[in-house]
Amino acid sequence: MKTINLDYSAASPLDKAVLEKMAPFFTEHYGNPSSGHSLGEIPRKAIVEAREQIGLLIGAEARDIILTASASESNNLAIKGLLAGGKKKGNHIISSAIEHFSILNQLKTLQKQGFKVTLLPVDSYGLVDPEDLRKAINEETSIISIQAANPEIGTVQPLEELAAVARESEVIFHTDATAAAGWLPLDVNKTGVDMLTLAGDQFFGPKGSASLFVRRGIRLAPQVEGGIQERGLRAGTENVPAIVGLGEAARLARETLAERSAKIAIVRDELKEKLLSEVPHLHLNGHPEKRLPRNLNISVEFVEGEALLMRLNMAGIMVSSGSSCTSQALKSSHVLAAIGLTPELAQGSLLFTLSSENNVDDIPYITEKLGSVAALLRNMSPLYHQFLKEAQINA
Amino acid sequence: MPDYSEKVMDHFTNPRNIGEIGEADGTGEVGNPVCGDMMKFTIKVKDNRIEDVKYLTFGCGAAIAVSSMVSEMAKGKTLEEALQITNKQVAEELGGLPGNKMHCSNLGADALHKAIEDYMEKHGTKSASVS
Repeated sequence: MKTINLDYSAASPLDKAVLEKMAPFFTEHYGNPSSGHSLGEIPRKAIVEAREQIGLLIGAEARDIILTASASESNNLAIKGLLAGGKKKGNHIISSAIEHFSILNQLKTLQKQGFKVTLLPVDSYGLVDPEDLRKAINEETSIISIQAANPEIGTVQPLEELAAVARESEVIFHTDATAAAGWLPLDVNKTGVDMLTLAGDQFFGPKGSASLFVRRGIRLAPQVEGGIQERGLRAGTENVPAIVGLGEAARLARETLAERSAKIAIVRDELKEKLLSEVPHLHLNGHPEKRLPRNLNISVEFVEGEALLMRLNMAGIMVSSGSSCTSQALKSSHVLAAIGLTPELAQGSLLFTLSSENNVDDIPYITEKLGSVAALLRNMSPLYHQFLKEAQINA
Repeated sequence: MPDYSEKVMDHFTNPRNIGEIGEADGTGEVGNPVCGDMMKFTIKVKDNRIEDVKYLTFGCGAAIAVSSMVSEMAKGKTLEEALQITNKQVAEELGGLPGNKMHCSNLGADALHKAIEDYMEKHGTKSASVS
């Protein structure tokens, strides 16, 4: 059976060029960059080069890039690291209601330690209002962390405006750009962000490769203590192949970003149009324009996401869902709740994340299958039968 | 996707007895969209036996398989026998359910019991039925 992956943000295959660049560092150039002898030389130089490429992707200098093993780790280093190590103004943190769990869960921990946390609301598209941010800042505010774009509903935040508000009040501004990096142009100086998280697996680099940009002058306390790797900010022998892979993925992303994003957005838009026009009772989640080029999020009314996901999987189509049954914690998506979606619609949400592998030729098949799967599940849905009865009465 | 047994996948793929009995003798509903699963069971009773049983289900793979299995288990049973069916038995008949699905999705027997109790209330036989 033909398979169509529409869940590339969960995992993507490595770019072949990235794999080629990484390969020698597993066997031939296996040396430890910290070694004084010649085996450490090539790995050490490779890290320097990779760091430069990562910096170039976001308009930063290599020396301001801290290498980590995941976006979650970068996010933890940014917030906990700053509050533990920096000259902080006070005990107040501002973030948004739709952040990733690697932000929200550490904020819960910090709250227990006595920090005050303000989570800014979002509108029905998932946008944070810079005015809300301005009002939330007080003399105690030490850090603001707002994502560049949402991985689930794809909404892109007005990063420049938000960072400008932070700067006016001289509050450090961190952005989790995991979903945006490699897909949207990002420049730390143009946007004025002070810290930025990105991860290689989101743009065809290896899993376990990520970084945190930290503007010079900002002091962090390491969250992994030990040796002096990463200027003492992140101990542990460097994962050289992963770092090399991240560097190469960053280079490829920078060189092809505009073209790649535009091409995928065309397929995404076509998929959106076809689905919304041909399958009844669908609901688009997120912003119609200000969204990640490869992201589409749709709620299928009257049915539940896991059943949809399983049925589509049987037809060879892989997607993801924000329903409670598809989450290990059995809680439906906090993002969909924050944009005001009803529980029914949140349960029926489907997340599509595309890659260059997807093309418009598959869209008729996807549309047909989603249509038939939705019809089949609606046929057994008490909510759909109730809807039909009410429609009959109203007619 | 959770690791479902072959039996669960079979009932999810080919659910039995879907629908709603038009003039049902008893109706039972459980769950809500917030938790993610809803089931509505309708039954037809003849000579104290469940002559027909149908359901409508909004929910995950487990919830659909559970509904289907309950409908098969209940069909032809006396009301007293059907009231003895437990959620645990349903899960066992399905070859087990993933741990995190045991509570939220395994509501089929409850919905069936509600339908039977609804029938008994309407026919004034509730006191005789309590097990």
